Amino acid sequence: MNKNVERLYNGIIKENPTFVLMLGMCPTLAVTSSAINGLGMGLSTTVVLILSNLLISAFRKVIPNGVRMPAYIVIVASLVTVVQFIMEAYTPSLSASLGVYIPLIVVNCIILGRAESYASKNPIVPSIFDGIGMGLGFTVGLTSIGLVREFLGAGQLFGFQVLSLDWFTPITIFVMAPGAFLVLAFLVAGMNIIRKKMEAKGKPLPAPSGCLTGDCASCGQSAMCTGKKPESAKTE
Amino acid sequence: MKELLLLAVGSAIVNNVVLSQFLGICPFLGVSKKTETAAGMGGAVIFVITISSFITALIYKFILTPLDIQYLKTIVYILVIAALVQFVEMFLKKSMPALYQSLGVYLPLITTNCAVLGVCLTNVTKEFGILESVINGFATAVGFFIAIVIMAGLREKIEYNDIPKTFQGTAIVLITACLMSIAFMGFSGMI
Repeated sequence: MNKNVERLYNGIIKENPTFVLMLGMCPTLAVTSSAINGLGMGLSTTVVLILSNLLISAFRKVIPNGVRMPAYIVIVASLVTVVQFIMEAYTPSLSASLGVYIPLIVVNCIILGRAESYASKNPIVPSIFDGIGMGLGFTVGLTSIGLVREFLGAGQLFGFQVLSLDWFTPITIFVMAPGAFLVLAFLVAGMNIIRKKMEAKGKPLPAPSGCLTGDCASCGQSAMCTGKKPESAKTE
Repeated sequence: MKELLLLAVGSAIVNNVVLSQFLGICPFLGVSKKTETAAGMGGAVIFVITISSFITALIYKFILTPLDIQYLKTIVYILVIAALVQFVEMFLKKSMPALYQSLGVYLPLITTNCAVLGVCLTNVTKEFGILESVINGFATAVGFFIAIVIMAGLREKIEYNDIPKTFQGTAIVLITACLMSIAFMGFSGMI
């Protein structure tokens, strides 16, 4: 049981996919214009992540190593299709506002990243808890970015008017596209400060991986591409 | 004709794929250190998105719709795109070595780029025909090319600036992206 709790702690705090690892930046920027959208996206990703970790861990001894990436993609894409239909049926307004970003969960680097680095090597139960931890970490990240953007951009929290419009002029730019980049920039800068403090304390945080660093080695999809880095290929 | 032109301008500039739809953020931030590499990446993206819009539109019209299995589009599209990129890479290597030299290294990186799948799925949602899909795909990719090349040019200049230590690296790039995004919002009055 201890290991499972450790997995949850690891996903939500220690290796939080949004704040620490900085994975899955496309949905992080795109759907956080309100807290509800962030929460919806986070939870649907969580469901896909738990189920994909479960299935991939269950089939880890059956799937041949050479075709594992296509196999993972088929599993993830099927799960995403199911989740998409469930959302269309039961939460049509959320599904409409998330739009194309729901099917795009397939290419979210968190999902394939966890499949490759954890679920394909570990038994089922820890893999499920790893999925829950990482998914909830992602949900927490998206929801809190959504809260900040919604509060500054519309004076609302979860759709309720918190700041009266009589005296508060919403900074509309925060709920529009540029606001997403701006909030993320300050988040990265804030994390830089925290990183430095933790390093001084002797407890360094795991380095950000994937998209933002432009580093192929840490990318969840690195096994799919032939692993040629553009920068190093130029110098060859 | 006029509609197609408006569609192209709309997808390339007004609804820029990176700066207003946030697709393809990874290569936009990761491969934009040098203008040369950025242009190579942009060229490869134009190539792949145009071809995959065409192929997926054909598949949708002649395979998925007659069989009434449109709901499988996400699964079919991602596999088709992954296979297509491999084929394109092999084809270029064999028959067009010059083009392969300049675009080849970027092709595998694009397989799971969310912009490719995003464009193909948007083509379905907006009920585009085959010609419209290809034009939409090409224009969207041109939008990506414009954004990544401008970003690389700016980053080459930013190198020489005195930036507060906390904001060095990714943070200043994101702030640049924010300002670019504000500039691109100015185009929204065009159509």
